[in-house]
Formats: sequence, C-alpha cells, structure tokens
Amino acid sequence: MNFGFNEEQELLRDQVRRFLDTNCPLSKVREIMKEPEGFSRQLWQQMGELGWLGLVIPPDYGGVGLSWVDLTVILEETGRSLYPSPFISHSIAASTLAETATDSQQKRWLTDLASGDSIASLAILDDDGPPNADNITLVGTGNGKSFMLNGEKRLVPDAGLADLFIVAFREGTSNGKIALAVVERDQQGVSVTGTGTMDQTKRTGSVKLDNVTADETSLLHCDSDTIVRLLDKGVVAVTAEIIGAAEAALDMTTNYAKERIQFDSPIGRYQSVKHRLAEIYLDIESFKSLLYYAAWTVDESPGELSRSASLAKAYASQAFAQIGIDSVHLHGAIGYTAEYDIQLYLKRSKWARPMYGDTDYHYERVATLGEL
Amino acid sequence: MDFEYTEEEQAFRQEVRDFLDENLTAANRRDANFMANWLKKVREKRWVGFSWPKEVGGGGGNIMQQVILKEEMASRKAPPLGTCMMGLAWVGPAIIQYGTEEQKQRFIPDILDSKYHWCTGYSEPNVGSDLASLQCKAVREGDFYIVNGTKIWTSLAPFASWISLLVRTSSNPESKHEGITALLVKMDSPGIEVRPIEIMAGGAVFAQVFFDEVKVPVDNRLGEEGNGWKVTISSLANERSSIGEVTAMYEKLERLKELVRKSRKNGKPARDDVGIRRQIAVFEARIEAMRLNGFRYLTKQIKREPLSSETSVNKLHRANLEVEMTDFAVELLGQSGLQLRDQEGAVDGGSWATAALSWPDVAICGGTPNIQKNIIAERILGLPKD
Repeated sequence: MNFGFNEEQELLRDQVRRFLDTNCPLSKVREIMKEPEGFSRQLWQQMGELGWLGLVIPPDYGGVGLSWVDLTVILEETGRSLYPSPFISHSIAASTLAETATDSQQKRWLTDLASGDSIASLAILDDDGPPNADNITLVGTGNGKSFMLNGEKRLVPDAGLADLFIVAFREGTSNGKIALAVVERDQQGVSVTGTGTMDQTKRTGSVKLDNVTADETSLLHCDSDTIVRLLDKGVVAVTAEIIGAAEAALDMTTNYAKERIQFDSPIGRYQSVKHRLAEIYLDIESFKSLLYYAAWTVDESPGELSRSASLAKAYASQAFAQIGIDSVHLHGAIGYTAEYDIQLYLKRSKWARPMYGDTDYHYERVATLGEL
Repeated sequence: MDFEYTEEEQAFRQEVRDFLDENLTAANRRDANFMANWLKKVREKRWVGFSWPKEVGGGGGNIMQQVILKEEMASRKAPPLGTCMMGLAWVGPAIIQYGTEEQKQRFIPDILDSKYHWCTGYSEPNVGSDLASLQCKAVREGDFYIVNGTKIWTSLAPFASWISLLVRTSSNPESKHEGITALLVKMDSPGIEVRPIEIMAGGAVFAQVFFDEVKVPVDNRLGEEGNGWKVTISSLANERSSIGEVTAMYEKLERLKELVRKSRKNGKPARDDVGIRRQIAVFEARIEAMRLNGFRYLTKQIKREPLSSETSVNKLHRANLEVEMTDFAVELLGQSGLQLRDQEGAVDGGSWATAALSWPDVAICGGTPNIQKNIIAERILGLPKD
C-alpha cells in the first residue's frame, strides 16, 4: 500500500518546478500572453529536450515511456506556474497515438512530438455540447478504408499552434461507427483558425475540413472505449493542472492575509478570512486525492478511470471556480487590478470549468455509474 | 503508487473474514448471550486494544493490520471490539503512556475485558473549545487531592465507574496549559453527583458531574502534577486514516440510494430528479475523497513521516456529511420522515429521523467544525491565532 509518489517522481517535481520558476515566472507568463501566438517556442523546445513532451511516449519513438502518474507531476507544476502552452492537448494526443497508432504511424509522428518539433492537438467534439460520443457529428463519406471529411470542428484547443490533429468522425452516416484519424495541418483542404480565451494563457480555435482524405495511413484504431478513454485523459489532465493553480492561488491569498493589516491586525486573523482559507485547503486536499487516484487508474486500473476521473473533475472544477472568485475577493480592490497576479488564477478557473465536462456533467455521470 | 496488499496482509484479512463467518450473528439476532460471547472471542483474538503493545495485553497490531481489522468489522457491521469505549479510545492509551506500573496493572485489563465504563471529564459549563482555561480545582492535602468544581457534557457519565478528570492544580500558571493535572477518580467517591442531561434525540448519554470536596488518593494521579495537558494528547501509534468510518459511510450512502430509488419527488420518481441525483453524487465524491485522503495519511504513517493536523480535513468532511446526509434523507421523505424510532408509522424504523437529531455526536464531540478550521488555518497555513 503506497498512495504517494516515489523518489524519482519527487525528483521530477523538483526539477520541473525549478525549471518553470526560473524560466517561466509570472512576469514571463505575462510577456508570453502578449505575443500574437501566446506561446514561447524556445521554452517548448527546452521542455522537449528535458524529455517532458514525450513523457508518455514509448522510448522506441523518442519518448521516456513513463506513466500518467508521472505526467500528473508535471501537469501540477504547469498549472501552478500558469505556463502558457499546448502541453495538455499535446500530451493527450501523444498518449492516444501511443495506444492506437500502428508502428509505422508511431514512427512517423511520435518522434517529432517527443522532441517538440511538432505539436499535436485534438479535434474530437463538434460543438459546445457534452464531452462524449453524442457530440461527435462530423461525417466521413467513404468505404471503410478511406474517408472524405467535410465540415468544421469548433473549439479545438490550441488549434492555432498544432501541426497535427486527432480528428473524430462518423463513418458514412450521422449515426455511423466512430473513427479516429490524424489530420495534418498542411494537408490539402485543412484550414485552421486560432483564437484566445478569457484566460490569456489558454488558447482555442477551429479546424475546417474541405474534402480532406483519411485513409489507412492516417486512420487510428478506434473501438467503443477509445473515445471515452481519450476524453477521460483530458479530464485527468485538466484536473491535474487545477491542483497546481489552486494551490498557487491559495498560497498567494494566504500570504496576503498574513501581511495585510486592517483594524490593527493581519486580516488572516479574522475567522471570516481564515475559515474560508481553511475550507479552500480542505477542498484542494480532497480533489487532489481524487485526481491522484484517477491518474493512477489510467495505466493501472482502466475500468475505474471514468468514475474516478468524473469524481475528481466534478469536485475540482466547482471548488476551483469558487477559489478563483474568493481569492480575488479576499484581496480586496488590489485583486481587481490587471497588474496584480491573483486575477490570472480567477481566469484560469473559468477556463478549467467547462473543459472536458463541467461539474454538472461529471456528477450526473457519477450518479449514472452509481446505478441511480 | 500501488494499492496492493502484501501476502501477510491478505492472510490477516482472510483470518478476520473467517472469524466473522464463524462468530457473527445477523444484526437482528444479536442478544445478550451473543454479545458476551463476542466480547470473549475478540478478546481471545487480542483484537480489543489491537493497537496497544502486547506487554500490556493489547494486540500489537501494526498500522495496516489496524486498518484491515476496522475495514472488515465495519463492512460486516460487527459490534464494537470491546464496550469500554472511552477506556479504549482515550484513557487506556494515556495510562499506557504515562501511568505507573501499578496503574497499568489495575486499569488496563479491566478496559480490555469490558468490565466497566470510563468517562472523561474535560468540558466545563464555561469551558468548551477553549479547554485550557478550565476551572475545576484540586488542592493537595497530604496523600490526597481535594477536588471541587463541575464538568459538563461528560459522555457516558451516567453509566461510568471511573472518570479521567482534568483539574487545575495551580492557579497562576505562566501558560494556561500549565497547572493542569489528570486524576483518575472513582465515580462512587463521596461528594460526586451525576445529573444526566437529556439530548434532543431523546435519552441521556451525557451528564453534568459535580465535585464537592471529593478526596482522590495521590496514587490516582496520571502523570506528573501540571502535566495533565500532555497526558490527554496520546501519541500512541494509532492508525488515523478514518478508513473504518469511510466503510460505514459508503454503507450509509448505499442506503440513501436505496431510499432515492423507492421515493418520489414532486409526483415523479426521485431518481429522475436532477437535484437529487447531483446531491447523491456530491456525497459520493466527498466520501471517496475521505477514503483517498485516508490512504494518503496511511502512506505517511507507514513511511513514518509526521502526520499532524491534516487529518482535520477528514474530521470536517465527516461532520458535514453526517449532518447533510441525514438531513437529505429526512427532507426526501417529506412528512413521512418526521416519525422517530418509537413513533407509529416510522420509515426504516425511524433511523433517518433519529440520525438527523444525533449528528452532534460526530460533529461537535472532539472539536467543532469551527475549531477544526482554526486548526487547519493556524497549524497548516500558518495564519495568526485568534
């Protein structure tokens, strides 16, 4: 029985935290936010050199071949530092390719994804609906071996930066079997639009497909569990980043409450302030435990992944949304200014809430899985 | 991370299961005979005081064995391992750690054999959460302490033969915590009066206890004079994962789901109501969080890393869940949820209604939720004390 990280994982955490503290402090985050792409190629390349972009890619294809528990360690830190990058989309896509692509496909794509020379994202859902197969409506016309894709995938995370996309579509008709294919950005008929969000550290976009071909070279293995598993990995990744970001917001607010003097006393002495901070600690500790377990199930107990991922995200996105609001609130007027950093976490909490399903969606799934 | 049990741990779990198969009678057929036999059998197994050292008659169970034993007992709704609750939870560990050899021999076997009840005299009429400012006084006269004062909210006092009492032995201490001494006092000592206090769910499990010139032999002092505060905080290697409680809460959640499946809300099946489905899922998330928090605490204890105030997180969850789950059931039942155990037409034997009036047992005893929040804020987050 050991529900903790091992020495290598603790070492990895120290290493990632030191790297991001040095190379991507909040002052740097703000610089990157102002760039048109909202992204630093240089930092990304460094992440690749350190092996972190290929963490869950097999060693045969240039990766490190580690587990989702290890990936969670990095995601907590990218969340803590608000590191602006497509790291979540990229990692889910890489992990999915490692599980569903043929050897020659893996050779073709994964090596460049591991080094950071190429970036991957996901064009799975068609619209702002539930994060499940019901929301895959794009139809590929064809004969089972080769399909022609026509349509638009909206709300593709990090679309503007990605070189390749895992695209989900229906074979033949709108209620056909679901298939997955890799579509490259420079393929004929593909046009990509990138755009920002309220959270300037997170980007989205859309991918238009005009007579784009998906054939045996680009089709991936896809059975009934593949889409569920892919989306559940998204749930885990977003929630892992929530942990780090929520902890950073709690740290910042706690420090402020210790320093800010009103009525001759630090405000952190008043129970209306200190009790709220204690509740935030309780929530973070709790969704952290839920998420660690969910991350463990990805590789070690896949049958439990959906329930445990939903429990973690349901708890975390609701709690984090309130943490974002209350952190600004507890700072008073200074928290409302663009200059002060706490507002960046409020924005992050708004971004994280709908990603891969909000609290309503996931609690409903928990109720259904619990035979209610 | 791994959630595997070692071969020894699996063997121990099997031993507990076999024992339960052989010795546990269905809940509705457990009479006095069964109970007497049960207590004898678990005592022979050394599962009473399982975490205590073997030298004093305990089981010497390690952290994982303690968890497994609690988990198996809870999942089969077995009766408690010994009926001397306060002795097993508080007084025994303090005597083992601070008692004299004579005190150990005199008290520990009786606690393990469920001979009589202990109670603990901490709170006073004007002293609740701020325990260190207690007033009940003891003055040394020769070989005796003379005790005057009163204790209140003393659980089990109406049934207890002994009380472990915190008294003030020095009135001008440097710190409020100093000058407090622990005394072990026989409840039939001349000058003690017990006035039971009825609780809102009915019955009297606690009382106010009055001390008027009560003579206590100095030999019955536990630990040094002025050391009483330390004595109450036992540091025995008890597992603190609360996984036993979590098993019971999952069982309660299942009963709650059963209630939802057979109830109606606004003329429709309750299981189709979005709000009700969500509330059940919220309970599940919090119970699962408690279970997994518990595994993290357990991991720390196994690695012998310091485990301190973070366990307040699970105490808070449990207090909140205890209140909210029973209240949810009573609300769901509507007017049919209002009958208590002994009232005509009570649903599920009135257990939900009674539980909805009994949560202070869990939520207030051992530190109110507000105190737990102070503990987290001050000891973990380092915020200034009130």
